[in-house]
Amino acid sequence: MITLNSALIVTAILFSLSLIGLVLNRHNLIVLLMCVELMLLAVNTNFIIFSHFLNDLAGQVFVFFILAVAAAEAAIGLAILILIFRKQKTINVSELNTLKG
Amino acid sequence: MQLLLTAILLPPLLGAILAGIFGTIIGRVASHRVTVLGVLISFICSCIIFKNFILDHQSTQNIIAYTWGTSGAFQFNVGFLIDNLTATMLMVVTSVSLLVHVYSIGYMRGDAGYQRFFSYISLFTFAMLMLITANNFFQLFFGWEAVGLVSYLLIGFWFTREPANFGSLKAFIVNRVSDVGFILGIGGVITLFGTVDFLPVLAQAPKVAASLPTISLFAGTSWSIITVICILLFIGAMGKSAQMPLHIWLPESMEGPTPISALIHAATMVTAGVYMVARLSPLYELSASALTFILVIGATTALFTGILGVVQNDIKRVIAYSTLSQLGYMVAALGASAFAAGIFHLVTHAAFKALLFLAAGSVILALHHEQDMRKMGGLRRYLPLTYSCFLVGALALAAIPPFSGFYSKDAIIEAVHLSTIHGASYAYVALMIGVFVTALYIFRAFFMTFHGSCSANSASQDNIRENGWVIWLPLVILAIASITIGMIVKHADALQLALHAFTSLPFWLAIAGIVTAWFCYVIRPAIPAMLANKFSWLYYILIKKYGFDDFNQIVFVRGTRALAQLLYNYGDQRLIDDGLVNGSGRLIQWISATLKRLQTGYIYNYALAMIIGVLALVLWQMLIA
Repeated sequence: MITLNSALIVTAILFSLSLIGLVLNRHNLIVLLMCVELMLLAVNTNFIIFSHFLNDLAGQVFVFFILAVAAAEAAIGLAILILIFRKQKTINVSELNTLKG
Repeated sequence: MQLLLTAILLPPLLGAILAGIFGTIIGRVASHRVTVLGVLISFICSCIIFKNFILDHQSTQNIIAYTWGTSGAFQFNVGFLIDNLTATMLMVVTSVSLLVHVYSIGYMRGDAGYQRFFSYISLFTFAMLMLITANNFFQLFFGWEAVGLVSYLLIGFWFTREPANFGSLKAFIVNRVSDVGFILGIGGVITLFGTVDFLPVLAQAPKVAASLPTISLFAGTSWSIITVICILLFIGAMGKSAQMPLHIWLPESMEGPTPISALIHAATMVTAGVYMVARLSPLYELSASALTFILVIGATTALFTGILGVVQNDIKRVIAYSTLSQLGYMVAALGASAFAAGIFHLVTHAAFKALLFLAAGSVILALHHEQDMRKMGGLRRYLPLTYSCFLVGALALAAIPPFSGFYSKDAIIEAVHLSTIHGASYAYVALMIGVFVTALYIFRAFFMTFHGSCSANSASQDNIRENGWVIWLPLVILAIASITIGMIVKHADALQLALHAFTSLPFWLAIAGIVTAWFCYVIRPAIPAMLANKFSWLYYILIKKYGFDDFNQIVFVRGTRALAQLLYNYGDQRLIDDGLVNGSGRLIQWISATLKRLQTGYIYNYALAMIIGVLALVLWQMLIA
């Protein structure tokens, strides 16, 4: 039987990995987007775990909502990415610094 | 009564407004007509009040017109106090003002600022009337400042001339200095008596004084509050009535037109201080120290400014110094508690000094604005009427019986002689010498101007002739007044007093002064120059006016400028401009330049910052829990 702790540790590792990817990645914007998605999924998994251990289905219902929103968000993120590529001819993160003050 | 007062106060104001604001529309003739008419109405109503109070002995009237405002326990009313003193002053102010208005029609003819001039002097009349009819300190102060303002405007009437601007500023600034004393005095009155109306203050004064209130101005000293208040108020009077050491503005004020010198700087405004002390005489009676102070200041002014008149060559300045000296006599009379004598001298002085000024103005006008007495001489052949009027004024000023000046000055000297307060003997000696000096300087001016050989060149000699009736009529009226006022006031004892004079010292001192002047300036004109050479150090001191002007110029003017420069350099330029204004800009620039570096534009830096922020927040929450 999987305990609550071990399940949470898995999601924490997943979250940390995506976090490290977010901070250390210097090259590809797509990796950045994937990291963000992964982070969201890690948190989502937490919902499911707690829902399972607390015997409350509401958590799992919410996960569906969040997934739907995440899908929309991913679509927007990819659209922005394409637009950036068209304009800048690159998706290299270390070259995208037009927000610099 | 209220109607009568309105008829006295408002016509001059109305005239001033009409001539001032609508002067260019209604024209020159209409301007002087409305102002003269205004003052004439005022004069006639003053005559009625004079008759009611002085001749029919009506009792004192305190009229409250309306309440200006209330603040806590204080109530500020606009009100009028009419008694014998006010009635006398009303008569002096309106009559001299009326004559000067008429005289100005001739004197200011052709001047570009004709309407402006009439507007100002009508406004002056209004302000002066407000001053003398006031029943409380605030209204007195209103009139006090208003006459000061008009005096400033009129000294600087010919504002394109540099000395006129200088003189007007000097008068204004010196008066502000004395106003500090006056305002503090009013503050003292409010604190001590809780009201600013004259009658309650004067009624309460003996009771308050009996409890001997004291104040500690400096640590460890204690002063009687009554004395402090009296001296502070008198400092205000010292500025307005040009007492030493605040007398310096009056000679400078001669840069204004001559009618102004006669009206404002001889007959009325400068006597405001004397009037104020006389009005508050019950208060002053309670403080022997304040009276001593007043007596010494007055006597000093009377003697030492008189001596300065002997070395002046400008005819108006001689008379200006004479005014200072005579104001000194009035103030000395106040110091000796002879308030009636002081006011009596104020009245006679108003007549004969206005006469002297207007006569001098007549000479100046006839000589086409020449004021230097060294360029005059022998004018009695050309200006016989002015000559005789000036002679009457000079005799009255020198206190020769039975001219009016004799009776008033005699009363003052007698009062100071009988006074027993500290400094009375000094004051008596100073006033006695003053009598000699007075006769000397005025007859010096008289002989230099009207006797001797004519110094004007022959071409202009033919042009010298008497002026029109608007000039000589006021002269003649004032001359008659100068002869008769004294005898009218002292009607019963007039003859006896005049005869007694021939055995008294002041009379012979005055005669000695006249003879000295006659000998030095008619018989042996070389003597003055010789004396000036022999006592060059003394002459130098007198020409320098005891160094008051230089002292003020060096200490106050330059000191103020140096202080201003210092404040400008460090306070304004460094602190405000550089520090506060530019500094705040610089600070923002620095802050933004520093913060700019945080904004790298790299998404991963922002992400890191967010994560650190979240971690810090979580950590903080955990620590709190």
